[in-house]
Amino acid sequence: MLLDIYEPGQTPLPHEGERGLAVGIDLGTTNSVVAVAREGRAEVLRDERGRALLPSVVSYGAQVVVGHEARADLLDAPERVVSSIKRLMGRGASDLKALAGVLPYELGPAAEGGMARLSIGGRLLTPVEISADILRALAARARKALGREVDRAVITVPAYFDDAARTATRDAARLAGLEALRLVNEPTAAALAYGLDSGVEGLYAVYDLGGGTFDFSLLRLEKGVFQVLATGGDTALGGDDIDHAVAERLLAERAAAGIGGVVDARLAKAALALGRIAKECLSSQDTWSGTLDAGGAPSRHSLSRAQLDELVEPLVERSIRICRQVLSDAGVPPSELGGCVLVGGSTRVPLVRRRLEEFLGRPPLGDIDPDEVVAVGAALQAEALTAGSDTLLLDVTPLSLGLETMGGIVEKIIDRNTPIPVVRAQDFTTYEDGQSAMAIHVVQGEREMVDQCRSLARFMLDGIPPMVAGAARIRVSFAVDADGLLTVSAEERVTGRQARVEVRPSYGLSEDEMASMLRESLDNAQDDMDARLLAEAKVEARRTLNAVRAALAADGALLSAGERAAIEDLASEVEAALSGADRDAVVAAAGGLEEGTKIFAERRMDRGIRAALAGRSIDRLEL
Amino acid sequence: MNLQHDISAEPAPAPLACWSCAGPVAPEALFCATCRVVQPPRPIDHFARLGLARGFAIDPREVERSYFSLQRQLHPDRFATRGAREKAISQAQAVALNDAYETLKGTLSRAEYLLGLGGDVPADDRTIRDPELLMEQMERRETLAGARDAAGVETCIGAAVADTMSIEAELGDAFAAGDVAAARRAALRLRYLRKLVDEARARHARLLGGE
Repeated sequence: MLLDIYEPGQTPLPHEGERGLAVGIDLGTTNSVVAVAREGRAEVLRDERGRALLPSVVSYGAQVVVGHEARADLLDAPERVVSSIKRLMGRGASDLKALAGVLPYELGPAAEGGMARLSIGGRLLTPVEISADILRALAARARKALGREVDRAVITVPAYFDDAARTATRDAARLAGLEALRLVNEPTAAALAYGLDSGVEGLYAVYDLGGGTFDFSLLRLEKGVFQVLATGGDTALGGDDIDHAVAERLLAERAAAGIGGVVDARLAKAALALGRIAKECLSSQDTWSGTLDAGGAPSRHSLSRAQLDELVEPLVERSIRICRQVLSDAGVPPSELGGCVLVGGSTRVPLVRRRLEEFLGRPPLGDIDPDEVVAVGAALQAEALTAGSDTLLLDVTPLSLGLETMGGIVEKIIDRNTPIPVVRAQDFTTYEDGQSAMAIHVVQGEREMVDQCRSLARFMLDGIPPMVAGAARIRVSFAVDADGLLTVSAEERVTGRQARVEVRPSYGLSEDEMASMLRESLDNAQDDMDARLLAEAKVEARRTLNAVRAALAADGALLSAGERAAIEDLASEVEAALSGADRDAVVAAAGGLEEGTKIFAERRMDRGIRAALAGRSIDRLEL
Repeated sequence: MNLQHDISAEPAPAPLACWSCAGPVAPEALFCATCRVVQPPRPIDHFARLGLARGFAIDPREVERSYFSLQRQLHPDRFATRGAREKAISQAQAVALNDAYETLKGTLSRAEYLLGLGGDVPADDRTIRDPELLMEQMERRETLAGARDAAGVETCIGAAVADTMSIEAELGDAFAAGDVAAARRAALRLRYLRKLVDEARARHARLLGGE
């Protein structure tokens, strides 16, 4: 079986007695939100000043500060503040070189696995660590608001996030001490928030203009089933781009007026902050004016909504083009949509709503606050996963997954918009006589050439016995789980020689790096690992115990009184071990119980087979 | 060739051992009747997996109802708080269901799957050996290539979609009559037509997008 991908101790912490609450987290580019659902009602958790949004900004001074306070540091000490880190999730050092000069951070030497590291306030930090700091702040807020332990979460990701970015998000949760119950795509979460509130049915679209990413998804809602039919997007298009466009205009005006000197990090960040204020202001007013002040050289600026529209137009056009492509792929004309849900603060920009209305032929839905709708949906899903529910999310792969073949051409193994979880396999062969190894290069994307797709992982299948070219049968299997994470394995079918990797993305953290980060972040990392292993062993032992109890209740008559007493004794030993904290004792007692019930199991099977034979002879009589 | 599934000819199912309680469990059971634990997917065909009679003529709403109701019971989201083995088994079940659903919901994939169950080897994508079919395809491609604007491409798509519907009807008739050769030929025509429509749609979107 392909899907047994967990190593001991690597599984999410299983259910174990009285657990903390599970929350929903929208880990956004610009802002993050945490919410909790109880009995189907979701509540957004606010800070002591009643604010739902936690700016996804971290300041690394003497202490690590997250949120509004960190954003305040942007003006005083920009060199130690990080914002929009989500844009760098799953990105390698080489990806970021291309962006050098554009990024408001300094890059440090890359981590071992090639993951980018930023140099901030004298520290070297990966995007995973920075995101973990934001998650810790959200968990702390939830604990304070709820007065309970919070250790599990459903975390949302853009539908268009690739495998590397998804893995990075899971790693960040682990580092923050949260079990990620499930990664849910943001548009799906938004639909869940709407669907449960109004019981809608039919085809719906979700237009999600986040801070750094754009997604457009088509879903079918039917009797509690949320089925994603198609999704598309752009990981480099977001509300931040509007802020950038406005900031560039402000800086150009300033330069034209001959005010101030060169554009440094401080001035750039001040211009960005002012650009965001102008955007927000122009969503409700027709004109805006403000002062850009950095280094004691103030400049006055003003902007009308028409001027903002002009700046935003090309970005909105790009998004509409994606909407059109997604609907066209699915063969659904815009007129067949029951509605379109808006997600993301930037969807408040009037031009966005106007263009979307022109495209759809009806106004989009914005009843739920577009900044909070994703966290609300995530919270509902967190409750559904832990407390049970009738709703069901059926999601798809956002991007095609494939392999490099001869000439750098991509052979697609799993097409985009395939329902997950999914396993697909394809056979390849050797192209040289005596070839003993085969390089497997896994890529993600829609283009035909490898260098235009995203490289996810490379590994070797070696030890292929010498054969003539074309004689070996190498089966490569791709498995995508319900979180959208990929596992790839390869097997030489003639000899059974196997190689398997859980795809750690090319730019991901290695297990060693992860382990050392965990050690640094938790004083008791070893205890944490031990607790995980113990909990896993207990879950399995409890299942064995329940199985034997059920069998005794159903087929106890197959045992003599003495045999039954012996099994009861073994069961009590398992119970005793379960009340303790000795993993070896739990495993040994459960093993003993399984061993001690073998004869019982044989008798049950014998009787079952006899019953089936008897059943068949009755069928024959009827024929 | 008989494409209908004859249930009475199957041997009576012998029970399998439940992986958890080791007792007998019916081969078609999703959960053990004794200990209630989820069972791994069995090697059965896609029709049996979704509880449908084997045949080309199936109600798409029936496929959907069955798929949704099974996913409700078997999807990994239902096992989020369970042990690793149960999670892995639920995942394997959900994979098998997705595979069955994806194959049976579309007319072309369902037809090719049925032909495959009857021992047919799927047609090679790149070569057309039937001269009549080849001519038909070339004419269609020329018409599409000749379309200069979005409206022209739309006309091509409209014509191709109308033909798709009539070929689907032919396909249904061929399966109903048990005419494998006719079914194979109709499936092949449908495959080429689908490809053409996909390309035309992509071109249409590009023309509208102004790229």
